[in-house]
Formats: sequence, C-alpha cells, structure tokens
Amino acid sequence: MKKIVVAVKYVPDATADRSFESDGTVDRQAVDGLLSELDEYAIEQALQIAEAGDVEITALTVGPPEAMDALRKALQLGVGAAVHVEDNAIAGSDVFATSAVLAAAIGKLEADIVLFGMASTDGGGGVMAALVADRLGLPALTYASKVEVDGSTVRIRRDSDTVVQQVEASTPVVVSVTDQTDEARYPTFKGIMAAKKKKVAVWSLEDLGLDADAVGLNQARSTLVSAVRRPPRTAGQVLIDEGDGGVKLVDFLSTGKFV
Amino acid sequence: MAEILVLVTLDGGRVTKPALELLTLARRIGEPAAVVFDPDVDTDVLARYGARAVYLFEGPEYADFLVAPKAEALAALVADRQPAGLLVTSTTEGKEIAATVALRSGAGFVYDAVDVLPGEQGTHTVQSVFAGNYTVTSAFTQGAMAVIAVKPNATTPTEAPATATVRTVAHTVSEVAKGARVTAVELKTAGSSRPELGEAAIVVSGGRGTGGDFSQIEEFADVLGAAVGASRAAVDAGWYPHQFQVGQTGKTVSAQLYIAAGISGAIQHRAGMQTSKTIVAINKDPDAPIFDLADFGVVGDLKGVLPQASAAVAARKA
Repeated sequence: MKKIVVAVKYVPDATADRSFESDGTVDRQAVDGLLSELDEYAIEQALQIAEAGDVEITALTVGPPEAMDALRKALQLGVGAAVHVEDNAIAGSDVFATSAVLAAAIGKLEADIVLFGMASTDGGGGVMAALVADRLGLPALTYASKVEVDGSTVRIRRDSDTVVQQVEASTPVVVSVTDQTDEARYPTFKGIMAAKKKKVAVWSLEDLGLDADAVGLNQARSTLVSAVRRPPRTAGQVLIDEGDGGVKLVDFLSTGKFV
Repeated sequence: MAEILVLVTLDGGRVTKPALELLTLARRIGEPAAVVFDPDVDTDVLARYGARAVYLFEGPEYADFLVAPKAEALAALVADRQPAGLLVTSTTEGKEIAATVALRSGAGFVYDAVDVLPGEQGTHTVQSVFAGNYTVTSAFTQGAMAVIAVKPNATTPTEAPATATVRTVAHTVSEVAKGARVTAVELKTAGSSRPELGEAAIVVSGGRGTGGDFSQIEEFADVLGAAVGASRAAVDAGWYPHQFQVGQTGKTVSAQLYIAAGISGAIQHRAGMQTSKTIVAINKDPDAPIFDLADFGVVGDLKGVLPQASAAVAARKA
C-alpha cells in the first residue's frame, strides 16, 4: 500500500481584509480562516491517485487550534486520516522552522508521495515543497500541471513561460501541483457525514522529537520593520458609454500622455 | 565592501533584463558578483552593469535535473565566499533555489521583494503583500546573510562599468541532488512581438466579458504597444494561455497603465494588478468592483468601446 501525505495550510480568507498584529505576524483573529484554496488541487490529485490503486491518504497541517478546520475540509473531501501538529512554540515560525516541523512529521508518517499546493494564498512563497524535500533528501517535482503515478515512478509536467518540461523521480518523492491540474471536487453529503467519524491525531513538537527553541518567531531570520496599509485608491471618473465611450477613453489616455 | 552574489539567468543566450536589475540593486548594498550556470554567457555585459566577479558553473547536471543541483552548487559557493547577500529573480525556480540556499546557509530569506535598500542595520527589503494592500519593509537578523528574491521591474537597469574577474567553479553534483530527472523539454512557441507581460509599461487584459474573443483586446494592445493579459476566468475557460494570467496564481504586474476589459475585479485578479499606476476599466456591470480601483472607467460593452478606442488612437497617430 502506498502512503500519500498531503500538506495543507489554514490561511486567513484571501477575499477578506487581511492585516498584521503589533508583533508583525499576520492577524489571524480579525478574519475567518479556511483551507488554502490552492491546497485543494493537491488533495484532488491525492484522491485521483488513490482511485487508481491501494493508497492511504493523510492530510497534515501545522498551525493553531483553528487549523483543524482545514483538516476537516480535507476529510470531507475523502482523505482518510489527518494529523495536526499544534504547539504554542510554533507560532510566528518562518518558512525554515515550518519546513523543519513538516519534514519531521512527514518522516514519521513514512510517506511515499508528499503533495503540496503550489503556494499558500496568504504567504504566497511557493517554496515549502522544495524546503521539505531538501531537509528529507528527497527529489522535488514542483509546480506540476499534470501528475502521473506509474508504480514507484512519478512523472510530472512542469510549465514555465518559455518551456514545458517532463520530469520524473522515484518514490519517496515530494510533489507540488499548480491550479492548472484538475479542478478540485466539492465535498458530498456522504463525505461530510463520513468525515465526522474520522479522527484527527494531534502531535506536539515533543512527539516529533523537535526542540521548541528551534522554531517560533524568535528563530525567524528576518524581521518586519514596518507594515503600511496602501492608501485606498481615490475614486476615479466613471462614465456610461453613450456611443462615444472609446473616444472618451482615448481622451483620458492622452491626458496621461499614454497616446 | 561585502560581496553580493547575483544569480544571472539567460534567455536565448542573452542576459535577461531582470538579471541586469539585480546587478543594479546589488550595487546599493555591496559589490556584485554574478553567478551563471551557462558558460556561454557574455561576461562583458555583466561587467558593464557592475559585476566585479563572474562565477561560472558548467556541466549537464544543471539542465538535466530540476533546481537541486543549482541550489547545492550555490550553497557551496556561499560557504566558500561568505557573501553578505544573494539576489535572484523571483520566479518559481529562482525562489526555490534561493530558499534552499538560505536553508542550507542559515540565511534570512525574503521573496517577491519590489525594492532592496541599504538600511541602518543592514539590508532592507520592501514587499507588497495581501493583494497589494500592504507595503512591508523587512530587515535581516544580525549576522544572517540576506537572500532576496526580487520581482522583475524593481528598478531600471543602469550601467556602472567594472572589471570582472571570471572564474569557472568546480562542483561535483551529489547523487541526492539528481533525483528529479528532466526527461523532455519542449520550447513554447513565442511568436509574439508584444512586450513581456511582467515587464510591460502598458497592459491590456481581458476577462469573462470577452466571451472568448480576445481580438479586440489584442488589437487595442497593439495600437498602444502593450502586453496582453487575461483574468483567471478567461484562462480557466481556455480562452487565453495560462502564461498570460494576471492575478494571485499568475503574473503580478505593476504597469504604468493597466486596462481591464470585461474583468469584474475579483480579489484574485486585483492581487496581480492593483499596484499599477493608472488603472482603466471597461465593464458592462456598473457595480463591478474593478471600478473601485479605476482612475477612469467606462460602463459599456468592450466590443463597442475597444474598437472605437483603437480607431481613435490610430487616428491620433496618423
């Protein structure tokens, strides 16, 4: 049986008005949180791989107690098990400390395939898969727009602006998928009911053999100097097209010397 | 002065404009030294933009495997040179390489920077976060090397001729770094004479309101000498290729002029364009949120407005 771990993140809703706390960390109280939308594509790929073979999927998150919501969503979508790494010492961790926690948990779960979304919708760094792979000494097949599993070989298609690469690696492997992979499914009523019976394991840093001093805000290697809200854009001129909208538009552009 | 490594990328054998921007920024915080994974690079160009040293890595491994060999080689160079900083262009590969080098070197890492400045206690970076709603300035912990992934267009490349010492660096790529094998590479057909989306001064983007027909968008872009962009809705519908998507999961543009036609202005799209200087919106729906951002808006059908505007621009030029 193959073991797939899908790493997911609980993020502040990207459609809400997000802001910062006084210590420079993201304000997670002011807006609702949810499973990062881009992680749904990773869950979808895991479910599709599972449909084709004997596979056990575990969703993994590192985050505050509320992050349980992200795991619940994964379970509702059909993921079989979930692990929540929760520890007060983790708060404020940067990408490096977070990657250490994820790598330790993934090692403990003995994953054959680790799936990530291409980036979180809050931090947007898109580097976690590469960091975790480097820590574990595993190959990283990142930014996949297509994933294919053939026995112990995983093949992906990686699109950039100028080239399309076909890349492959042998398991165990870390994969990250873009929003160009198949559209994520919605939870079904059956899935929602089944999820209620599924258990979420909660692990502390100690369970992972990690030292609290190695993570958290104090370990971060860059610090926030200032966070300034962008002044709202002043309302511009909006006119109704009465047959001369195009001409009026060009008149405006000429005042800005664009034409 | 402290050495600042700059990862230089090439496009069709030529040093990219974002790489020249990095060399220009590096001069603010130290002495630039270019790192190139292609021995055919024109080192004179690098010297003209201020590189005091050029470190060349050669070998098929850097193209035959994803990311890891380059990250490993760079980390070894960092251990050897002990630079004060490393600048890369904030592309997917650039960020992955930079993050891995920072992890291995115990460095600080900032991605998607839009500016790099000397601060009182070391280097400062500026980022635009939360869909462009916040401007964040960060510093590095004392003693930590500054690894910064910088977005294209952060500055205008300027020349500062220097004499560069060119050195080929030997590095044996480990077996662990050879895990992700590139088995095939296919070049995407360029075929467009339009400016590159991430670097263009003017961008004309189309969304759901095009109904799938981008001809009016392209025509208007061409009379303005602009790049063409698309909303996620248009890309998801298969109307325009993904590399032209503007927004959170596509390109972020900071154009002098951004024209959104038939785009409602969902947060996903705003995240990719709202730091543009002047914003123009054309939409049939007077309540579309894009009008909240627009310096100038036309409530109307782009199918009528854009062809008329294209003709008006052409008439002015004549």
